[in-house]
Amino acid sequence: MLLLALILIPILAALAVFAKLPARTITLGAAGINLILGLYAALCPTCAGTMDVLVLENPAISFSLGLDGMSAVMLSLTVIVTLAAALSGSCPDGRERLWYASINLIAAGAIGAFVSTNLFFFYAFHELALIPTFLMIGILGRGGHERVNIAWKTTIYLAFGSIILLGGLILAGIQLEDLSFSSLQPVAEHQNAIALLLIIGFGTLVSLFPFHSWAAPAYASAPAPVAMLHAGVLKKFGLYGLLRIGLAVAPDGMKHWLNLLLVLLLFNILWMGLVTINQKRLDNMLGASSVMHMGYIFLAIGAAIAAGGNIVDPTTQSLTLAASAAVLLMFAHGISIALSFSLADRIEAKTGTLEMNKLGGLAKAAPKLAFLFGLVAMASIGLPGLANFAGEIMVFFSGFEGWSPEQALGPVQITTIIAIWGVVISAVYMLRAFRNTFHGPAADRCASASDLTFAEKAPAILLSLVLLAVGLCPNLLLNLLK
Amino acid sequence: MNSALLLLIIPLLSAILIHFLLQQKMASIAAILGTIGTLVTLGISLSLLSSDAVGCSFNWAQIGDFNVNIGIQLDQLSKGMMVVVTGIGLLVHVFSLGYMKDDESKARYFGNLSLFMFSMTGIVLADNFVMMFIFWELVGLSSYLLIGHWYQKDSAADAAKKAFLSNRVGDFGFLIGILMIWGITGSIVFDQMALSAATPFLGAAVLLVFCGAIGKSAQLPLHVWLPDAMEGPTPVSALIHAATMVAAGVYMMARFFFSIGFDVIPDCSAVTIAWIGGITSLAAALMATQQDDIKKILAYSTLSQLGYMVMAVGLVDPNAGMFHLYTHAWFKALLFLGSGAVIYACHHEQNIWKMGGLFKKMPITGITFVIGTLCLTAVPFTSGFFSKEGILHAAHESNPALFYIAVAVAALTTFYMFRLLFIAFFGKAKDEHAAHAKEVPLVMAVPLLILGLMSLASPWIGKAIPALNDFHPHIGLEMNSVTIASIAAFVVGLAAAVVFYKGKESDPLANNKVMQLFRNKFYVDEAYAILIKIFQDLVAAIVHFIDEFFINGLLVGGLTRIAQGTGNLFRNHCQSGRLQGYATLLGLGAIVIIYIVTFL
Repeated sequence: MLLLALILIPILAALAVFAKLPARTITLGAAGINLILGLYAALCPTCAGTMDVLVLENPAISFSLGLDGMSAVMLSLTVIVTLAAALSGSCPDGRERLWYASINLIAAGAIGAFVSTNLFFFYAFHELALIPTFLMIGILGRGGHERVNIAWKTTIYLAFGSIILLGGLILAGIQLEDLSFSSLQPVAEHQNAIALLLIIGFGTLVSLFPFHSWAAPAYASAPAPVAMLHAGVLKKFGLYGLLRIGLAVAPDGMKHWLNLLLVLLLFNILWMGLVTINQKRLDNMLGASSVMHMGYIFLAIGAAIAAGGNIVDPTTQSLTLAASAAVLLMFAHGISIALSFSLADRIEAKTGTLEMNKLGGLAKAAPKLAFLFGLVAMASIGLPGLANFAGEIMVFFSGFEGWSPEQALGPVQITTIIAIWGVVISAVYMLRAFRNTFHGPAADRCASASDLTFAEKAPAILLSLVLLAVGLCPNLLLNLLK
Repeated sequence: MNSALLLLIIPLLSAILIHFLLQQKMASIAAILGTIGTLVTLGISLSLLSSDAVGCSFNWAQIGDFNVNIGIQLDQLSKGMMVVVTGIGLLVHVFSLGYMKDDESKARYFGNLSLFMFSMTGIVLADNFVMMFIFWELVGLSSYLLIGHWYQKDSAADAAKKAFLSNRVGDFGFLIGILMIWGITGSIVFDQMALSAATPFLGAAVLLVFCGAIGKSAQLPLHVWLPDAMEGPTPVSALIHAATMVAAGVYMMARFFFSIGFDVIPDCSAVTIAWIGGITSLAAALMATQQDDIKKILAYSTLSQLGYMVMAVGLVDPNAGMFHLYTHAWFKALLFLGSGAVIYACHHEQNIWKMGGLFKKMPITGITFVIGTLCLTAVPFTSGFFSKEGILHAAHESNPALFYIAVAVAALTTFYMFRLLFIAFFGKAKDEHAAHAKEVPLVMAVPLLILGLMSLASPWIGKAIPALNDFHPHIGLEMNSVTIASIAAFVVGLAAAVVFYKGKESDPLANNKVMQLFRNKFYVDEAYAILIKIFQDLVAAIVHFIDEFFINGLLVGGLTRIAQGTGNLFRNHCQSGRLQGYATLLGLGAIVIIYIVTFL
């Protein structure tokens, strides 16, 4: 029942917001309660219980909820980012209902997707979360009338991805007796086709190269909380799905396409790395960087595919390591990208621009903002002590798991080696952004900027503390995964 | 509690307290807190020398067979290094009390200094490669923060960024090396890495690990960041960019070689390392001969001396490298703090051609600076002489070409150091500020005196302490070919400096074409600037363009157009409002259904 409550609380909050009750208070309350309940459930999956209501006999579709290590981590990510998102951004006057209801509904969809243990509802909840996302970009997005185009483009693109994904899921689903996660097993036929559809479908949702170009403009024009929730949480749906479903139903198919996936993820890292370096605006750069960083998580998934074995009940150490690395990095990236978007929004609010060559020397006038942005920049660069490093180093180790000097370097090892160049690329663009925004002589618009107020700091502090806690002690999360 | 653990906890606590609690409002307390913290850690480091305390470890991350501990390894290598780090750290803290007295971000400075002490201690005590890498990166961060202390200056902000990025390039290789070593030895823990025989990939792995040292110890071709790093406050240059952090590469290689065992290290990798060290030491010494900024001269000198140490590592004699590391740390810190005193007295003038006659006006600084110079130029019976002998011997035995290079570097070292001495400390004052320079206050002079003493005494102190014997292999003067070469190099260098620079008002060699090559650092920075421009700007712009117009334009635009197109098609033809149209579609649909039902 706890898991059902986690989904219902934001939905009820959204309804209350529509009913013209005080929107901000209700949303913050709901997000706060959900944070406590969500973390409690994650720490004690057995207390969270399970739920199973048969909806359809054949194929067996049931509304079933449950938590295991992987979903517990994703649930924690969702409830943390939701509260931070509700505290971030500045809602235009008079649009509180749309703004806060959307945040609630996105949260409900994301939580639903991650606690569902049935294929059908897993998919359906994600679609639910996308609708308010598009509405927010189209109606309250930034960047003038262009936002409507971007909202359309994103909608069509992600719908395309979802449909391909649906195709793959149906092809797998008709061969399965039961659509619940625990009984997923390798299907007998069409594994290659299923795997390809899932890679493209889920991949599009996660901005796998070359299906990535929706992401940067969408995040740049989305209002801060939506960018935070989508880049931080919803986007991880695809990775989670690939890991959870792709590996379970089509392990051989995935292996068949492994080399393709490895090449594509290198494009995510190197190609998108260069694209990110070339960005002139902070928001575009952060959007592009989030595409780039997906490459590392795909690398962990690649290592998991190569490791083989049963993801539903992993027995090999290689699979455990690769899957844990993927989940840890998903969590870390979710928190850090949410923090970046939250702070970028504040930079724009204080200086009126996000064009890097118009900024400069902001650290003098806004040292707290500089500190927090510096922290998230370092997280994104992969500095030890912050969560992203723990994820990245585990990903790299999972790439070399099982390799011994008697054998040549395999595709996964070679990909890992090339992918590590990404740590240089992210340092280039992040330090350049920090240098241009905060260092150097103060630009006029920066000299007079004010520092963060307590209310503005709150979401950033929440997210920073999480980055630090997991970075200093990755076992906090790894213990959930065991 | 394990007292070695306190070595990590004290500076960390100090950094946290200063940054989050004391801040600029209580800057003086912050400065004192940092200094006392370092004093305590020095006391602990000294007490560890005579104790047989063993390390301890905590689990940091464990899943599957990925298992990383934060663990402490106490042995001769780490104990000796801890004394150097905390000892020089303390003197630099004390010196900073004077040097940074009126800085408007004094608290941030001392907070970051504590952060550095924490990170450096972590590198030294690490018992496994991942932990070392963790602190390796944190050292990089503290170096970035301290170089960029005066971040409002464009030059400082750029130098900080450059330092971080150059180190990152090295870390790219380092990380791959660690992964390969994990595959080869099956462990990341130093104690469990010993190999009985060479394996495939080991040579590559050794070189990749060495990439980390290339970055951190500023070897060719990643040396460009270190001279720029002089943008940081001078005490920082002394501690981080001369004595300790830049030596971490050498320390890491020594730790690594001891762990896998000398016998298995493939020759080709070792020779490559030795040559990189040798070339770096020669190139940097040449560049140092034509620098005018007092800190830049010392910076290139540091590069050159690090090259010596790396060469020793490559000659598979890390003991000699570590010995030079220990002695160099004291006298190079002395020289840097001395230059800091000069800069302080000359109102932030760093050009030696605007100094002169400082020896008489600043006797303590002058005398200690001369001591440092004598050590660096390896005058017999100074610490630098003994440690350089070790390296020369190693080269003499196994690699004659490198031996000649090393001797040439020794001559060049004497030449550029006495050039500096003659112009800045002797002769006439060439500038107002230099003419009115006064000796620095006691808080800065005392650290200079102590460093002067340590510069001279460090080999004997090392010999006296059993726990350090491994790294003080040989003290004594025997007249063999190596010693004669070393002394001859000194004499030649000194003579050249006297001929060219004694009593000169301007550089007589400035117009020489070859010298201009040295002055312009062989145009490496310019070449890199072009490379970076090509890659970061041109290639990135092209890639961005292709991404924007082809991938985005065709795929996304195409999809959008298909969606809109089909939408329009259906709207125009299916929902046109014309009855005939509907009827036709109805008919077609019926035919299709009938076809399916009957024939399939």
